[in-house]
Amino acid sequence: MMQSAKEHDDEQQACCGPAPQSGGSCCGSTVESAASGRQSERCDATTREAGSERRQSSCCCAPAAPPAEYSYGAADYVTGTVETPVGAVPRVSRTLVRSDRLGAWRVGWGFDRDDYRVRPGMYAVGTPDVGAPVLVTANYKLTFDALRSSLGGLDAWLLVIDTHGINVWCAAGKGTFCADEVARVVHDARLGEIVDHRRLILPQLSAPGVAAHWVKQACGFRVTFGPVRAEDLPAFLATGMQADAAMREVTFTARERAVLVPEELSFVWDRRMLLAYAGILAASAVDRDGVSLSRGVRRGAPVIGAAWLALLAGGAATPLALPWLPGRAFSLKGALAGGVAAAGATALLRRRLSPAARLALLAGVPAVASYAAMNFTGASPITSPSGVEREMRRALPLQAAGGALAIGAWLASRMGR
Amino acid sequence: MGGLRYIDDVVTLQLDVTRCNGCGLCADVCPRGVFAIADRRASIVDLGACIECGACALNCVPGAISVDPGVGCAQAIIHGWLTGGEPSCDC
Repeated sequence: MMQSAKEHDDEQQACCGPAPQSGGSCCGSTVESAASGRQSERCDATTREAGSERRQSSCCCAPAAPPAEYSYGAADYVTGTVETPVGAVPRVSRTLVRSDRLGAWRVGWGFDRDDYRVRPGMYAVGTPDVGAPVLVTANYKLTFDALRSSLGGLDAWLLVIDTHGINVWCAAGKGTFCADEVARVVHDARLGEIVDHRRLILPQLSAPGVAAHWVKQACGFRVTFGPVRAEDLPAFLATGMQADAAMREVTFTARERAVLVPEELSFVWDRRMLLAYAGILAASAVDRDGVSLSRGVRRGAPVIGAAWLALLAGGAATPLALPWLPGRAFSLKGALAGGVAAAGATALLRRRLSPAARLALLAGVPAVASYAAMNFTGASPITSPSGVEREMRRALPLQAAGGALAIGAWLASRMGR
Repeated sequence: MGGLRYIDDVVTLQLDVTRCNGCGLCADVCPRGVFAIADRRASIVDLGACIECGACALNCVPGAISVDPGVGCAQAIIHGWLTGGEPSCDC
């Protein structure tokens, strides 16, 4: 759903994607500054006030200042400036150009997804005046592009907060899209001197990280949660900021699922997979006659092919066929897709496979497909952490057993050769 | 959502209606249609759809809602198991 260029928030794909910074989670050591400690305390106060059981760690706001070392690069989307009492504000284009689409394609395949950012701060779309709406968003460029290209003829201010290049929903979950960060950018941009109203429109999916009443306390601006998708913003604003039920619900359409498939498949050239390929080829090259590279390729390639088949079943077929695969657990759906793929491959190759190789295929492909599909939980907007944990406790032992059986059968199939 | 459902009867979401002030923000922020507001009181109408994102609880000023929030992501949970810390999308 992220490249669909229509979402305010590209939702969860990036969750398991752009790591915030080196050093791991947003609440990790990289942000352990005095400032973040203070913010963390303040967030805690909010938490107690809200009476929720929200974990402290998900509420430690990002660094107090944008990382100085980050180079934001060319801002092709800036087409001019708008004069305001506090100086010139960059005006951005409403239309996406080829470089925007190329960038979307690139990050969709998993390349440099943690390096696709917009400089935080204030931007203008059209010719906004003192009464124009202020739309708050994340500084993931894909999110920013979706927003600026969805506004039709609206004149608006965009307030981009620093989420370290993470989309709205994931940043809210990580705690980088939170009340303190919104208030900080409101202050830094001197928003109170640019507009004569005191209202911010936040994407609805920022709500897991933003306590609206705390934003009001911190900067005097009242928060209205807008629709989930940026494409609904014109209608939302035209009706006096009323969102209907459809605007409030996340969707997971076939197109939104299809957009996520490249990222799932990019695991094929993940560093861990490259190591696994090397291990498979090396293990295949050695037997009692010695070491032979050509034998390694001849015997190892089918194993790598089987792994790709499993990744296709779990990372592509399962997401695409999600509503139609039986069961609720993603691991079960993936195992079934993997089972069908393995049965098909076994039938096609039955003359060429030994019984042990057949067993390896039938045990290993569903196990790996099940694991790959289970990982797709992170990209879907329908899974609860409690549910994922339950299915993992059941599925992981079975996946491990399937994998072990496959490896054992594969080794056995090589005996006597 | 096209009827796409996940595992039922596992989520930690709870609503204490006696503390609800009827502001309706829970229904506004919920991306899954879990809440409905009637007679200035919230109620849970679709518990199984909840994804435990925590938006409702964080924005409930009187503290009527509790949930153990997190991300429904296997990688995050594995990361939490391996590091002994909170689940976090760190992949």
